[in-house]
Amino acid sequence: MLVEPGSFHEEDQAITATDVLGFTDSQPYTRRIEQSRASTGANEAVTWGEAMLAGHRLVLVALDFAFMGGSMGAATGEKITNGIERATQGRLPLLIISASGGARMQEGMLSLMQLAKTSAALGRLAAAGVPYISLLTDPTMGGVTASFASLGDVIVAEPGAMIGFAGARVIQQATYETLPDGFQTAEFLLAHGMIDLVVPRAELPAVLRQLLDLYAPNGAGPELQLQRPIQTAAPAPAATR
Amino acid sequence: MSDNGTVAAATWEQVELARHPDRPYALDYVHAIFNNFLELHGDRVFGDDHAIIGGPASLDSKTIMVIAQQKGRTTSERAMRNFGMANPEGYRKALRLVRQAERFKFPIVAFVDTSGAFPGAGAEERGIAWAIAENLVALSAARIPILTLVIGEGGSGGALGIGVGDRLLMMEHSIYSVAMPEACASILWRDIARKVEAAEALKLTAADLKRLGLADEIIPEPPGGAQNDYGLAADAAAAALRRHLKNLESIDTERLVEERYQRYRRIGATA
Repeated sequence: MLVEPGSFHEEDQAITATDVLGFTDSQPYTRRIEQSRASTGANEAVTWGEAMLAGHRLVLVALDFAFMGGSMGAATGEKITNGIERATQGRLPLLIISASGGARMQEGMLSLMQLAKTSAALGRLAAAGVPYISLLTDPTMGGVTASFASLGDVIVAEPGAMIGFAGARVIQQATYETLPDGFQTAEFLLAHGMIDLVVPRAELPAVLRQLLDLYAPNGAGPELQLQRPIQTAAPAPAATR
Repeated sequence: MSDNGTVAAATWEQVELARHPDRPYALDYVHAIFNNFLELHGDRVFGDDHAIIGGPASLDSKTIMVIAQQKGRTTSERAMRNFGMANPEGYRKALRLVRQAERFKFPIVAFVDTSGAFPGAGAEERGIAWAIAENLVALSAARIPILTLVIGEGGSGGALGIGVGDRLLMMEHSIYSVAMPEACASILWRDIARKVEAAEALKLTAADLKRLGLADEIIPEPPGGAQNDYGLAADAAAAALRRHLKNLESIDTERLVEERYQRYRRIGATA
């Protein structure tokens, strides 16, 4: 866990998915929700709350891929938005850790609209001058990438994480294109200018500390001495087109 | 099958109507409804995307900023417009027009008609998800009235990328979905042949969206569908656009933007 032990206070624990559309594919959505709740012990694919990290109070929002592929339904979007709004109101830096297959099909348009809802809330966070660090883990795809995950002031990804909008299989079926090596990996996105840093998990605490210090109100201040420069993966050679 | 099968078949009919090759496309509506449409080009970054078009036009002697997804009618136009599937450049051109509309206080009318953003390697390299997300932020906070009209297919994030606004209007036989039925069937059933069931399960018709409280108004189409009479379809759309624009323009800007925020904020709210 990244945060200081005992400092995390979870909010909205009771919020859980509801089957508004009465959706059934190979099995009813209600059963899928029950199974995910049983296997993860959580009520939704996201957990959020305030926590302390490197001496900074912040709002932490973490998606869980184990809960229906981290997909974003209405309750997921609601919890994420509640977290963003808490950060805006409390002027607390926001850290969202993404891991998601994208929108949750079983909630149809109610799911798609969460893209707009979370993005609108982040627009207000940005207008309030509160920093947002987006941490992308493997995988972060679809509607989550096309909304809050790509809107960080600083975007950090874990090495090798698959990040994108359309999946490779969908692209190949649609275009018959040969996809370049390392397509949609964190390193590929860094080389194409879509993210700021690729950071291995062991180095994350130090990098997050540096970011939180630097983006704290009034900046890091003259006294701060960085222990060492932020480590980033060596950039891949620029793509030729 | 029986009941469920009948309902699913009726839904699939709506999907086919929304995709009907003779259906009026954005430019058919734009030329019928507005005067002096001047198409602007380019995202000022990389290129010009013909799947998303836009520019100023006049309606009752006032300037409106039109942003639209445009499908092609002939084989060569379909290729030129990439079947209405935009690359990042299309969304960035739209963003440029949103900014311009804000600067000059032009209300925005957006015509949605796409099966989705283009799933291509180049689109991913140039940040299609980033381009869409930026538009969601910009549209949700833009200080001008925004009307969204779905005329055919509203497909996923690619539709939403120009589709955030104050009112959502849908042509009677249009659809709007988190994913196209084929994609949904492929994801959930791992079988595209289940697209008819997927279409029914997704609740994607104009009537479904109205029932879910997501669409504000369904605009009636001529008997059998808009492809049977472009004039009637455009007249009905024009009347609805005028009525909603008049209403939105009477709302104070601060309230307009706050109400737009709350419009999305309450979708899926649990409290």
